Amino acid sequence: MSELTLEPSSSLWKDAGHRLSRNRAAMVSVVALSLIIAACLILPAIPGLILNPDLQNLPNKNISPSAGHWFGTDHLGRDILSRVLSGGRISIAVGFITTLVSVTIGVCWGALSGYAGGKTDAFMMRIVDILYALPFLIVVILLGKTLEPLTAELTRIVVGWFSPAGSSSASINKTTAWVEPITTLVPLFIAIGALSWLTVSRIVRAQVQSVAKQEFVEAARSLGLGHFRILFRHILPNTLGPIIVYTTLTIPGIMLLEATLSFLGLGVKPPYSSWGILIDEGANRMLSNPWLLFFPTLFFATTLFALNFLGDGLRDALDPKSAKD
Amino acid sequence: MVRRVMLRRLWTISAISCLFLASCQKETQVERANREGILLVGNSAEPKALDHQLVTGVIESKIITSMFEGLVADDPLHDDGAPPGAATSWEPNEDMTEWVFHLQPEGKWSDGAPVTAHDFVFAYNRLLHPDFAGPYAEMLYFIQNAQAFNTGEITDFSQVGVKAEDDFTLRVKLREPVPYLPSLTRHYTWFPVPRHVVLQHGKITDRFTKWSTPPNLVGNGAFKLTEWRFHDFIEVRRNPHYWNAANVGLNGIRFFPIENPYTETRAFLSGQLHTTYQLPSDLIRTVKENSPEFLRQEPYVGTTFVRINTTRPALSDPRVRQALSLTLDREQLCKHIMEGFFPANSLTPKMGTYEPEPKLEFNPEKARALLAEAGFPNGDGFPVFSMLISKPAARAGAEAIQAMWLKHLNIRINIQNMDWGSYNSAQQSLDFDISSAGWIGDYLDPTTFLMMWTKGNGNNNTGWSDPRYEALLAEAALKSDPAERYAIFRQAEALLMDAQPILPVAYYTRNYLLRPEVKGWHPLLLDNHPWAAIRLEP
Amino acid sequence: MLKTLIGRFFQGILVLFVLFTVTFFLIKELPGGPFKSGEKAIPEHIRLKIEAYYGLDKPVQVQYYRALTNLLKGDPGLSLRLEGREVTEIISQAFPVSLQLGLVAMLIAISIGIPLGVIAAWKKNTLIDYSAMALAMIGICVPAFVIGPLLADQFGRRSNLLPAVGWDPTHPSSWFLPALTLGLATAAYLSRLTRAGMLEILSQDYIRTAKAKGVGSFRMLVRHSLRGGIIPAVAFIGPAFAGIISGSVVIESVFAMPGLGTHFIKSIEVGDSPVILGSVMLYGSLIIIANFLTDLLGLWLNPRLRASR
Repeated sequence: MSELTLEPSSSLWKDAGHRLSRNRAAMVSVVALSLIIAACLILPAIPGLILNPDLQNLPNKNISPSAGHWFGTDHLGRDILSRVLSGGRISIAVGFITTLVSVTIGVCWGALSGYAGGKTDAFMMRIVDILYALPFLIVVILLGKTLEPLTAELTRIVVGWFSPAGSSSASINKTTAWVEPITTLVPLFIAIGALSWLTVSRIVRAQVQSVAKQEFVEAARSLGLGHFRILFRHILPNTLGPIIVYTTLTIPGIMLLEATLSFLGLGVKPPYSSWGILIDEGANRMLSNPWLLFFPTLFFATTLFALNFLGDGLRDALDPKSAKD
Repeated sequence: MVRRVMLRRLWTISAISCLFLASCQKETQVERANREGILLVGNSAEPKALDHQLVTGVIESKIITSMFEGLVADDPLHDDGAPPGAATSWEPNEDMTEWVFHLQPEGKWSDGAPVTAHDFVFAYNRLLHPDFAGPYAEMLYFIQNAQAFNTGEITDFSQVGVKAEDDFTLRVKLREPVPYLPSLTRHYTWFPVPRHVVLQHGKITDRFTKWSTPPNLVGNGAFKLTEWRFHDFIEVRRNPHYWNAANVGLNGIRFFPIENPYTETRAFLSGQLHTTYQLPSDLIRTVKENSPEFLRQEPYVGTTFVRINTTRPALSDPRVRQALSLTLDREQLCKHIMEGFFPANSLTPKMGTYEPEPKLEFNPEKARALLAEAGFPNGDGFPVFSMLISKPAARAGAEAIQAMWLKHLNIRINIQNMDWGSYNSAQQSLDFDISSAGWIGDYLDPTTFLMMWTKGNGNNNTGWSDPRYEALLAEAALKSDPAERYAIFRQAEALLMDAQPILPVAYYTRNYLLRPEVKGWHPLLLDNHPWAAIRLEP
Repeated sequence: MLKTLIGRFFQGILVLFVLFTVTFFLIKELPGGPFKSGEKAIPEHIRLKIEAYYGLDKPVQVQYYRALTNLLKGDPGLSLRLEGREVTEIISQAFPVSLQLGLVAMLIAISIGIPLGVIAAWKKNTLIDYSAMALAMIGICVPAFVIGPLLADQFGRRSNLLPAVGWDPTHPSSWFLPALTLGLATAAYLSRLTRAGMLEILSQDYIRTAKAKGVGSFRMLVRHSLRGGIIPAVAFIGPAFAGIISGSVVIESVFAMPGLGTHFIKSIEVGDSPVILGSVMLYGSLIIIANFLTDLLGLWLNPRLRASR
């Protein structure tokens, strides 16, 4: 008979890691994701390697994939490969950062609510229930449109930080060139993030409640440890599993949402483009230039597939019941 | 229980397949419409209203001209033809300052009431009335004292130069010689309204009463309104009371407000439309290769241009505007983006015998010199402006221009996409820097392109005006000899092109799709095909 | 149980109130405005007259109160974009289209998703399972505004089998493509949930018992496990309906349909507050009703839930 060892949670991770590595779909997904993310983030930054995505070359328009342009060119002669990669930056940024923001809010809300219990819990969850019942896309569209003027304001403010009064317009232009892509996305972050933290807060609350009942928490309390310490140092780490799974599964939903908003003209605005915009441009020109649709969709769908398979794999790996499957 | 559940599952699987098979259509919508004699027309957007005195757009005019008719009708074959419409004949006085129109004795509204000269007088009264605030009242300013009445200077409409001498005779007194008045009356601002119906639903100055909605709308055209479903379609059917009903070829028309041009093309190619409103330039080549029998490319009396807010810093300097204009490679834009369009060499496209002086060119070096002269050598210190566009189709052109200015002048602009409504309001309130715009002529005379650049004109929206320009236009107005008029217009236009509050880019070509069974449809500069002359011959 | 239901009902009312307030104030912040949006400028004094007519010159609280009472009376007033037309007229034209779309899409989603999930669970880890789940993945990961035009191109342009654009309540041929595109994502989720739920049930002891008893496999599958196995899917139907309602906005745009979503988008562009308010409240109510019905359905399917609470 084996010893009864009270193993710390590290063995959960080890076991999970083992299970995950045996899941072929998940492993392939990890590889695919890393490749895509690396390509989108790193390649465009290497000077000279990738063509300028905004460079128009009108006589070269609508070329099919060829030696000079691996993915072909679009209706303005821009290289599709570079557009897919730099558009990917924005899509990935929106997906990951918004998810990060949304999960952070949700974790804090749910943890506090689950730990506090009683009336506070009831009140906080009542708010979640109410917000949950709002028509999601409708409210996001409304918020996104209302926040549109925010971009210009923010850009002005941030550029003001970096370029004190009296700088030449050339340097202002330069600063604007990297500030603007970020501030363009801020309304999106807010609009999407405002309602997407709800589900994770419920999950975290349930998890925190079940962990908080365990004896080691009582022990910590009797030792005089502060609430916050207990919550964030001891309880939350034990709930990390579902949080990670949920986060991985949220990103694709958010990327899809960004693509939808861009399609409706409410998301990322020109001259910046995301996969959503590229896909929309491609869908319109399907008849004459199918490569314009094919490549962005390929990258987009592959990223979403990979995230979904990875999330499924993580769920199977971290959930003990999956052993029965 | 088992059987029920099993059956339920089998049923659901086969239900899908049955639904699919059953829903496959036996004939396309075009085939059905051909049988019924109904023309299916793509019309780009939902009309603001069908009361022609409340609108200014081309989209609305397409529908309005099916239900109403002016004194002179549109000619299906000739740009300058003037077949009888609500009037059978007309004659001017010696110096072209007065015209008398004789109305059709058999002219009737679609409810059977006769169309009289009083309907015309009532209509002009209504459109010009200051309280009615008709957006396009200025089209009637040619009439003596019309402007004074519209601005409230005079309050007695009987002083305005339009009189019903009897039920079927209309006398129009003009403020200046207008030799092309018959042509002018083909525009919907000169159409009549059914006085008896309008007054039934409100006062003469009431806007948006129910008179212009189904089932109340009454018109004197070849068709009458039967259905108006928002964002779905507007249907008109044959008007049996129309004076020329015997010669009307169609049984009805359905207008579809499909905004996205790619979706519209898809609808056409799936057999859902007889004609589209437009064809996106990137699809032209594919259509040429695969279905050339549908493609129509026809010159159109319109110009696309870049509108500049001359009240903004840097843009107020004409040298800057010239520089911007000199770096527009119009050839490239037309060749690669606006396929079929012609590079503009001035504002007004050639119409009839009028051809403006070619003043526009592509000269980046000269542009750079001018920009330096204006205080922005190599683009240094030049503010970053925003260019407004309102249609996704315009984005390609805007991005190309953005790239050209960056390349040749080293200046940056941003592109801002706004919906049609906000786009218009921003320009009207001069709350913009630059915009991508265009103008389509309302009638075939240079004034339709040149009149609007006067001070205070609601279509100017540049903040520019020049008393010398207005003096020239006023001078031309007094001449009745076309050659003399045109000479002065050429001078005025040259002045306009020196100042360039707007940078003309290209002359329109209409690219669109049309099915071969649509007959009676000929290329027309104003694209005003009279619906009554169309027939379907599958 | 009755208590819970009543509680839910009141919560629903509260949600609608919050939705109304949030929407109202967000609309006030929208850029642009309905009366500056004509092609030609309306003279200032006329614009002021029109705004007074619509009550837009009153202070915000008064406007809010008016809007609320009007809504409760069932008369949200006149549209600011389609001038002079009543919001009720607009919604009564548009809503049936969206509702029809949503219902047909839901029907298709259930008819495809649940059987697909059951089959995948039954043939677990075989090629059928993998392909079914791969198909589901495509439904989840490829956006509707790609699938829609692709299907429309194939069935509309190339083969003229189905109309590519528009929605005609009298001709079912125009329903299929939009409803299918809309229902695919939901079908995908439903199939995954059904598969998971069925697997859960199938692995339980009483199933093994039935197997040992020699019960024929197909009968066992449906008789014993379906009711329990579809619980996760059924629980999802409420949120699924919400998703279909949201998704209909995109589909209506892709297929140029005259539904509520089209009006919603247009009125947002122009700041047509009566129509925005009317459509948002309608959407919100639909979702609340759908959630309510799902709770009822869930309670009915799972007797265990009825007892406790």
